[in-house]
Amino acid sequence: MAHIDLQNELPGIRGLMAYSPDTAKLLNELAELLLRNDENTLSRGERELIATYVSFKNDCFFCQQVHGALAGHYLNFSVAEIDAIKTDPQAVIHSEKLTALLQIAAAVQKGGKQVQEQHIAAARQAGATDKEIHDTVLIAAAFCMYNRYVDGLATWAPADRQFYVDRAPSRAAEGYINTPLNTTK
Amino acid sequence: MPYIPVAAHLPGITGLLEYRMDTAAPIRALTQFLLRGPNTLSQGDRELIATIVSHGNECRFCTTAHAAAADALLGDCSITEQIKVDHFKAPLPEKTKALLEIARLVRISGKAVTETAIQQAKDAGATDLEIHDTVLIAALFCLYNRYVDGLATALPEDPSYFNQLADRLVHHGYNRLPQGYDHLKK
Repeated sequence: MAHIDLQNELPGIRGLMAYSPDTAKLLNELAELLLRNDENTLSRGERELIATYVSFKNDCFFCQQVHGALAGHYLNFSVAEIDAIKTDPQAVIHSEKLTALLQIAAAVQKGGKQVQEQHIAAARQAGATDKEIHDTVLIAAAFCMYNRYVDGLATWAPADRQFYVDRAPSRAAEGYINTPLNTTK
Repeated sequence: MPYIPVAAHLPGITGLLEYRMDTAAPIRALTQFLLRGPNTLSQGDRELIATIVSHGNECRFCTTAHAAAADALLGDCSITEQIKVDHFKAPLPEKTKALLEIARLVRISGKAVTETAIQQAKDAGATDLEIHDTVLIAALFCLYNRYVDGLATALPEDPSYFNQLADRLVHHGYNRLPQGYDHLKK
């Protein structure tokens, strides 16, 4: 049960968003720009994978299922492959740039000061641009916010992981700003 | 040296928010709403939440900026110094102390927030919305602190920069200045 009365039965961040629509609108706008806006040299799938990896490191079940299913949808990875990426990205992903960016994201998750020159140098060596490095840090930082919001208020999450996989195609099509806040779908 | 090219006259967060202005817009609006919007928590109390989280994350830029804003809003410079050491010993109402404890736990992890900490805040009179806003403000500063330090932004060369910044945060808030920030160039 959530720490506060959300006056709805929606899971995860959706319950919080229905409870607080003013902040929901802005949180969704940020997610849309960071993860889904197509004016980006990182693919939607790559960005969702960064979100998944950070949510995994923060042990946020709801966020890692939602974003893991979206990453799987975009990148054509099974749940098992997404799980394998969480524990050892290099074993599954062959892009040196993406694995270097995931290392930056993992450092951000531990703390801003954990991002070292060598993380940045490795990403640049693999071809990452300033903007890609910026966006990786901001996506990772944003998920340190979203994950804490979701778990800090003890929201509930469907335990069936297939639930998230089934919803991913429609969530990918709708995006973050077009979903009605109180939808039960 | 920052890891990406940000404007040299804009230390800390400001250079980042000017670097990518489209994502800055919802971040700024969220901060303005949470820290300056209508709320039963005072603006000073909300700046204390920003301060205790930034201090715990060892983010010097954010801690100095929000402590200065809290000092100005509370009219007392000793409270921010005390909450950095032990918020339970600060001369604050029980409710504020309980909310600062929730913020401190959110900083560690969302899962670190205990039923006991929530119950203590409720017993001290905190409403559900105040608890919600405390958690979201604390989570937001976990974003800011990582953004600022994760890209290795600079601290201002002149510490008086923070006095001007605090003055701006108190009197103008978190929206982008309509005229931008070129006037800060030396």
